[in-house]
Amino acid sequence: MDNAQTAKTERNFVGLSSIDYRGKPSTLCPGCGHNTVSNQIQQAVFELGLMPEMVAKFSGIGCSSKSLNYFLQRSFGFNGLHGRMPTLVTGACFADRRIKAIGISGDGDSASIGLGHFKHIIRRNVPMVYIIENNGVYGLTKGQFSATSDLGLELKHQGKNFLPPLDLCMEALISGAKFVARTFSGDIKQMKELLKAAIMHNGIAVIDVISPCVTFNNRDEALQSYTWGRENEAPIQDITYVPRAQAIHIKDFQEGETREVRLHDGSSIVLKKIDRDYDPTDKHAALDLLTESYKNHYFATGLIYIENAPTNIYDEFDFVEEPLNRLTPDRLRPDAAALERINLMYQ
Amino acid sequence: MDQIIVNTQPDNKQIVNEFCMTLCTVNGSGSATANIILYRALFNMGIPTSGKNIFPSNIKGLPTWFVIRVSERGYIGRVPYDDIIVAMNADTFQKDLTYLPEGGVVFYADHLQKPADARTDLVYYPMPIRQFVRQAEVPRNLREYMENMAYVGIVGQVLGIPMENIEYALGKHFGSRQNALESNQNIIRMGFEWAANNLTKQDRYSVRKLSPLSDYILTDGNNAGALGALYGGVQFCSWYPITPATSMVEAMIAHNPKLRKDPITGKNTSIILQVEDELAAAGAAIGAGWAGLRAMTATSGPGLSLMTENVGLAYFTETPMVIWDVQRVGPSTGLPTRTAQGDLAMVYRLGHGDINHIILIPGSVNECFEFGWKAFDIADHYQTPVFVMSDLDLGMNQWITKKFDYPDQPIDRGRILWEDDLSRFEGAWGRYKDTEGDGIPWRTVMGNQNPAAPYFTRGTGHDEYGNYSEDPQNWSEMIQRIKRKLQNSCEYLPGPILREKAGARIGVIAMGSTDPAIIEGQDQLEEAGLAVDYLRIRALPVCSVVREFLENHDRVYVLELNRDGQLYGILIQELHDYSPKLISISEVDGLPMTAIWVKQQILAKEQQNG
Repeated sequence: MDNAQTAKTERNFVGLSSIDYRGKPSTLCPGCGHNTVSNQIQQAVFELGLMPEMVAKFSGIGCSSKSLNYFLQRSFGFNGLHGRMPTLVTGACFADRRIKAIGISGDGDSASIGLGHFKHIIRRNVPMVYIIENNGVYGLTKGQFSATSDLGLELKHQGKNFLPPLDLCMEALISGAKFVARTFSGDIKQMKELLKAAIMHNGIAVIDVISPCVTFNNRDEALQSYTWGRENEAPIQDITYVPRAQAIHIKDFQEGETREVRLHDGSSIVLKKIDRDYDPTDKHAALDLLTESYKNHYFATGLIYIENAPTNIYDEFDFVEEPLNRLTPDRLRPDAAALERINLMYQ
Repeated sequence: MDQIIVNTQPDNKQIVNEFCMTLCTVNGSGSATANIILYRALFNMGIPTSGKNIFPSNIKGLPTWFVIRVSERGYIGRVPYDDIIVAMNADTFQKDLTYLPEGGVVFYADHLQKPADARTDLVYYPMPIRQFVRQAEVPRNLREYMENMAYVGIVGQVLGIPMENIEYALGKHFGSRQNALESNQNIIRMGFEWAANNLTKQDRYSVRKLSPLSDYILTDGNNAGALGALYGGVQFCSWYPITPATSMVEAMIAHNPKLRKDPITGKNTSIILQVEDELAAAGAAIGAGWAGLRAMTATSGPGLSLMTENVGLAYFTETPMVIWDVQRVGPSTGLPTRTAQGDLAMVYRLGHGDINHIILIPGSVNECFEFGWKAFDIADHYQTPVFVMSDLDLGMNQWITKKFDYPDQPIDRGRILWEDDLSRFEGAWGRYKDTEGDGIPWRTVMGNQNPAAPYFTRGTGHDEYGNYSEDPQNWSEMIQRIKRKLQNSCEYLPGPILREKAGARIGVIAMGSTDPAIIEGQDQLEEAGLAVDYLRIRALPVCSVVREFLENHDRVYVLELNRDGQLYGILIQELHDYSPKLISISEVDGLPMTAIWVKQQILAKEQQNG
């Protein structure tokens, strides 16, 4: 048995193999960064030992949103309207609060047509993983500027972009997100660890994945190109997600260079600083980091900001314990005596 | 439509329980409480009464009119004239006088300037209401409000409303708020007694008690729709504020804690969530409906315009949800506080591409309750968005209506498969497979742990299993099945109501809140020698009863409150064999339809066609 076969038959603690987490074959362009994201999502869910049925997938419109079908085939999925993915999650999540929602969107979805929904679902703190596969271009309509396109970017049919980009990590931070990360689709390990931590976060977790478009925005000098990404990505930490069930092997990290961030459920993220003493629990530091990276034209990747989220939107409602979508009709219709009282009230 | 029509009654005839009184006030002055107390006192006397608030899109300072119609004969539609006015607004005083007949009555606050050239054929009762307010030592911030309350006592005395009925209304309104009750009661009594001692009855209008209207209640359509939704088991309502739908969701918020705590645990079973815009309201309701919650939103025309793309998604993904459209006047921002039936054509085919929807059209407050719960059963049964089309007149005005009846059918959740149900399909279940042959597929919902349950929902072309498909035959079959599914629904929807007159060869078709005007108009036409049958359509797509009605009449007038005859347009398209028989009568000016207009329009058309 070779290594590849071993990997396929390896089972997680719910007894499933990674095959159970696969999706349909991708129809995106060969080499597209989005496929890496799909692969790492299924790998993260597999490694966390979540049943695929306990995850639900949501997306909008665009290349990124199409990728929803290319992972976790055994999860419910809803590929909706352009920019409106967060609205679907807002309604669906209440039906069964045990389900973890993963939303996939692109820069068109989240930075343009659905920017309002992006910010408002953060404000509502709906527990979900909100992923932006950010390629700085409209791919599915064959190469137009997006709101995250770099200033001065030149595209074949568009000329030169004269508008500055929006930074979705910055937007997420100022909207109140308690988990904000940025990663690069070429950095598989970092992405996977961030995904795991995001899935276990008890509120909304935003991950902006710089995912170069191999077809329409991969000129070497473009911000979201592979060449640029590889050369100008500045990881701010080395990250390891440690589930609650596992011991934390702090000794793997040099003393003084590690920081452990504990999550709501007792699991934690261990961060290894690379080049400076960055504190991801300091919001001001996070804003400074984003400002500085924009000014100096690089992407800072890693966990930009984290704050423990002891509560989320569900805690605002004193719900019955079981999933709302399993309540039987007798628990949904008030009785006739109550209606008689109402009739009396209006007499 | 709102031409000035003066009530023509012989001068000396006493008029009992049959008149229209308009309270002309300034909005934001607190007159609503005074008006509703007068209204409820009349209702408590057993007199059929209707109340319409004609109000501006404004918070404070603009004119507003509350029209109370008293009709022992039971007519509760609008009339386009007044018999009595209570003038509390200097700005409109002169104009308000013009709606009165000879012998009409004017109660007016005596600090207002009575116009120098005021009509001399009216009966005037000046009211020293500021004096009462001073005597009662009302705190400064409540003076304007109490001035309104003062006229309740004076008008009550002059018309003959017994104090006990006014006190009943006060008790209903203030409940256990004893201080408010007493101070209001005090000022009303001052007016009541002052009028007894200082005014001589000179007019011919009065009221008398009838047997109690014990089978009736007094409330508005939005409140009824909200209660209906709560009895329908609504679990998720996402919404964005918009006049005139807002008060429906606010009524849900008010009733929800008492009605929808889980009977077993006392915990919550539902969510009402205000979101960032109407796109989110529709999108969240779709998400909830898709995941197996009874989901709804309530909005008006501009909100629906924003929801349009989402509605197409719900239709094509076959996701149940309920959308209330409390119509106001459009296009554009239009007249936000006035009423119309102008959204019908848009809603029936809301969305791009091949699309049509199930629409329920309540014609009374009682039906707002009934359709409020039924809409969820229909949406779940047919797995499609269901629209309930009310309007501002029905939704925001207080109406006397039959008591709410407890739902006579169990909750119908439609075809939902849980973990154990899937086994009977032996692996062949497909989300969009027509296994029962009626166009309605089986669905699973998020949270189902059977590995065979999850499927991929998409707004793009899909096959019976939800897989992406651009196959021409598949597309055509899919869109035809959905059409068949909705066509099959028409006999299951609330059927039309027929009101016949002996020997009628002429028919009238109408819908919704125009019902009282049409009924009264039908009776007036009979008095004028023209028998017409009246069919009120309560749902679209139309059922066979409508076809039979057209078959059995020589000519059928379709009356509605919009410019172009939208219901007429739908009928000639769907029942085109009968289109030569159909004649459109439609008009919109922001106000509810009147019986007089119904009668005049039909008589005029009959002269042309008869």
